[in-house]
Amino acid sequence: MTMVQEQSQAQTNGAASVNGEKGAEYVVRAKDVTKVFKMGTEEVHALRGISLDIRRGEYISIMGPSGSGKSTFFNMIGGLDKPNNGSVFINDTDMAQLDAQELAFLRCHTIGYIFQTFNLIPVMTALENVTLPTIFAGMPAEEGTHRAIELLETVGLGHRLHNKPSQLSGGQQQRVAIARSLANRPSIILADEPTGNLDEKTGRAIIELLRELNKKENVTIISATHDHKMLDVSDRIVWIRDGLVDKIQNREDIEIQVGGIEEGH
Amino acid sequence: MSVEARRGGVRKQVALPWNKSIEFAYKSVKTRFGRSMVTAGGVFLGIAFLASVLISKAIAGSNIEPGESARLNWLVGLSLAVCVVGITNAMLMSVTERFREIGTMKCLGALDGFVVRIFMLEAVAMGFMASVMGWTVGTLLMVLTKFLVGVPKNAPPGTVWYGSLDWLDLFGVWPVGSFWFCVILGAGLTALATFIPARQAANIPPAAALRTDV
Repeated sequence: MTMVQEQSQAQTNGAASVNGEKGAEYVVRAKDVTKVFKMGTEEVHALRGISLDIRRGEYISIMGPSGSGKSTFFNMIGGLDKPNNGSVFINDTDMAQLDAQELAFLRCHTIGYIFQTFNLIPVMTALENVTLPTIFAGMPAEEGTHRAIELLETVGLGHRLHNKPSQLSGGQQQRVAIARSLANRPSIILADEPTGNLDEKTGRAIIELLRELNKKENVTIISATHDHKMLDVSDRIVWIRDGLVDKIQNREDIEIQVGGIEEGH
Repeated sequence: MSVEARRGGVRKQVALPWNKSIEFAYKSVKTRFGRSMVTAGGVFLGIAFLASVLISKAIAGSNIEPGESARLNWLVGLSLAVCVVGITNAMLMSVTERFREIGTMKCLGALDGFVVRIFMLEAVAMGFMASVMGWTVGTLLMVLTKFLVGVPKNAPPGTVWYGSLDWLDLFGVWPVGSFWFCVILGAGLTALATFIPARQAANIPPAAALRTDV
């Protein structure tokens, strides 16, 4: 057990977990998660006992109309909110057991975030934005900068290192954000409507980039989206309705559907 | 199963070293310089007033009426109190504006203490700059005024005057002490005014980064 503990402490992220087969396979496990919000005197049941296991390296899309509990669930598995009941495990870590500092550690090292509105820090250059998470992770400055340049080159922005977000297009800003999300080699990338503020073509390029990184870095991508372009690349699509998982579609099923639509043209 | 094993290698997030925080705050003030100076405008005016009163008292020496002196102190105190309220207001607005930015930083691993520190350092930097400018402007304007008024120092008894200046006197009353007093007070008051907004900024949840309506 001591050995196991040491190994477990040594691995921070990315590497396969040692706590049993299930842990190695699944990066996120949500069990009977419920969440109730109090709106004045009324109670809103956002989640009514939702369960979902997400495999390492999977590309998951979470779909659902607004008010379905999609965002709430998304926040839960991203370590941004805690459930009232049930539990969420990320890399076999029970989120409920963590205090504020440990949650910050988890967000910094284990999860990379991508937002609909890009959310780059406006006063910093692209390079500084990508270096930021490495600073929070305590990485030496030189190593962090090196990593950031490498990532910006990967997303095709090696020539815009010293531009501020205001000098970049929406697609470029989102590329910087993707590079930033990968800075600390996270196990999970959480993407909230990553193409929501982008045009059709740019959105497609971003989705392709995400898919490519998903394969190359073996990082799990969980995305909340309305974008049907996203369905083509997802391994699984989780439909949420009324605080429950409505249905889960596998990639194979989707491809048949998409093929059918294309044949119809 | 022990706590460590259950937590799967999750440790406590470490705080950033001071030099990183200072670099951060500097960058933020530099980039939003115009905005920062508007925020610190209250300090600038308050400290300019304080500096002008201090120099005018120094020039007048013992010639100033006690009542007048008390009245000036009261006015300066009041104007500084108003400036503290003004900065708090401006900083609260700045926190609202940066809601998403702060949420994003927290998603990237920033601790509450870091957010507080950034806001406080920015405040001190702004307060410092505004106070230096305020002291310079206030002192120079009062010196200029005293020159222009030009009531002689040997004015007949009973005449109400608060001192005047010629070139020779200037070096005698030039207030080095008043400079440091004004700058430290200005920076300190700005920090005081920022404390509540900074606490509020630190309480912003990381999920705020996902909001699209701000």
